[in-house]
Amino acid sequence: MKRYGFSTFRGLKTALRIITSDKSSLFGFIVVMGYILMAIMGPFFVTLDLVGKSKRYLPPSLQHPFGTDYLGRDIFAQIVYGAKDVLVISFVAAIFTVAISVALGTTAGMTGGHVDAVLTFITDIMLTIPGFPLLIVIAATVLRGTSNILILGLALALTHWATPARSIRAQVLSLKQREYVEASRCMGFGKLRIMIYDIFPLLMPYIAVNMLLTMLGAIYSLVGLALIGAIPWSETNWGVMINIAVVYAGALSYPPSLQYLIAPLVTIAFLQVGIISFSHGIESVFNPRLREL
Amino acid sequence: MKWIYKRLITAFLTVFTTSNIIFFLIRLLPGNIIDALINEYIRLGMSYTDAYRLLSANFGFQLNEPLHEQYIDYMVNLFTGNLGYSMAYNKMPVISIIAQSIPWTVFTVSIGTITAFFAGILIGLLAAYKHGSFIDRFITFFSTVSAAIPNYIIAYFLIIIFVINFRKFPIAGAYDAATVSPGFNIPFIASVLRHAFLPILSYFIAASGSWILYMRGNTVSVLGEDYVMAAKARGLKSTRIVLMYVGRNAILPLFTILAINLGYILGGSTLIESVFVYPGIGFFISQSVRLRDHSLMQGLFFILTVSITVSNLLADLLYSKLDPRVRFE
Repeated sequence: MKRYGFSTFRGLKTALRIITSDKSSLFGFIVVMGYILMAIMGPFFVTLDLVGKSKRYLPPSLQHPFGTDYLGRDIFAQIVYGAKDVLVISFVAAIFTVAISVALGTTAGMTGGHVDAVLTFITDIMLTIPGFPLLIVIAATVLRGTSNILILGLALALTHWATPARSIRAQVLSLKQREYVEASRCMGFGKLRIMIYDIFPLLMPYIAVNMLLTMLGAIYSLVGLALIGAIPWSETNWGVMINIAVVYAGALSYPPSLQYLIAPLVTIAFLQVGIISFSHGIESVFNPRLREL
Repeated sequence: MKWIYKRLITAFLTVFTTSNIIFFLIRLLPGNIIDALINEYIRLGMSYTDAYRLLSANFGFQLNEPLHEQYIDYMVNLFTGNLGYSMAYNKMPVISIIAQSIPWTVFTVSIGTITAFFAGILIGLLAAYKHGSFIDRFITFFSTVSAAIPNYIIAYFLIIIFVINFRKFPIAGAYDAATVSPGFNIPFIASVLRHAFLPILSYFIAASGSWILYMRGNTVSVLGEDYVMAAKARGLKSTRIVLMYVGRNAILPLFTILAINLGYILGGSTLIESVFVYPGIGFFISQSVRLRDHSLMQGLFFILTVSITVSNLLADLLYSKLDPRVRFE
């Protein structure tokens, strides 16, 4: 059977051209790539000092781009070292989420009938149960301070899968009505084959966008958990930094300490805006109608 | 009417599922938290029977009974409003902590959400009406940014701006207990409003961005409909078209999204209230994590789900009045 006429290399080149043609998605692309580079390459260039060798509360300078914290440690280095955990855990969470939601969403959409009714019902219930509080309960009763990336990612996925599952099911239902799928059905192809060859390729954009949106939600939850002290203490976790800055370093009452709070806040906000813009870019790669708007 | 029964059954099953999830997490899971707490108490020198008795009293069911009887006890307790006793707050009944905290959450969250909803509709309409212009791009940019930034980060930025730089608003509590006494008097109401202002503003900023984007998207798609063309052809004023023809049809889907989002909004109150030390239900959730108060945590989570289910149900009923089509599905 002939593969789809879509060379990976040419496809990537086109995708890159479309992303870079729009200012906001180019911005998102650069930001996301920048954070990934920071997570991979950063530790080779910046040394993390957890003892505090400099003076306390130093203002930003060339040597300490974000200044130093209440123990005299470089804030910039903590930010750089924190990137890896946030990105890896949210990526793992996104992979798990996409796996769960694609499995459930396509099964519900393709089979229909009672299976669909039951799966949709479960999804609706999960949509009602508040995700973040559920995650807190899971973190406090089950995780109890684990720093295992896979378990954290799975817990995040368990509280994030419902929204993408519903959107993927809706997408499968609408793709199923298309004429070329009808044609495949007339030719006597089974559901599985139609699923893999006819529907799955067109689901890719939704999967990609949902993956980015899940990362967005996972970062929100991950930092939020650290903020209220529900996941383990690690000085380079951005959420824990905010927590320490407010509770121990008195950032809200002692102005020189404020930079220790602002650095992780801006870092997270910038990454979230970057991911959203990048996801708009990806949407327009797959959906030509969005490009000219 | 069949439609309403279906919704009621779904609502009940949502609450039932939640209580099962809680029971599974705290009691059935291998190495569950109650077993862990018993072991911890024994390690700290408490006798086996005392540890069991203490935790049975806190969680409100007998832990040494067979599991199925514990399950029945637990379910009967939940659905009769007996949520056990707090382990950290002087053995206060969990239900009375909830009764004290839930009005503050409902007060701030509902004002923040409703103002954001209407502001979003108006600004979104404006953006769509001027779509492609500088104003549109400006609005879209700021909505995208505010929709992307986590609400607790917006809360911290508000604290940095208003509290640290201008020393304007207090950042703890729901009112100043030292100077005013609760009741219907002006100093008390003023104090409540001053304390609630920043939490409400956080909900507002965090939510309005996505409402603007939804409304703008909906309106732009409605703008292409035939009846809009027909209205234009009849020479109607464009403000009239936007408000009377386009706006009314673009708002409808937003109510569904509002119903779905109520869960996120109430759930998201956890972090905002924790940032502002605002004594609502979300603040106590984060406190229960800090103080490892598991009986309080499970009660709060249960009530949170119940209130979201009920508000979803109300939103659905309201929506069926607005759009009769859903009743005939």
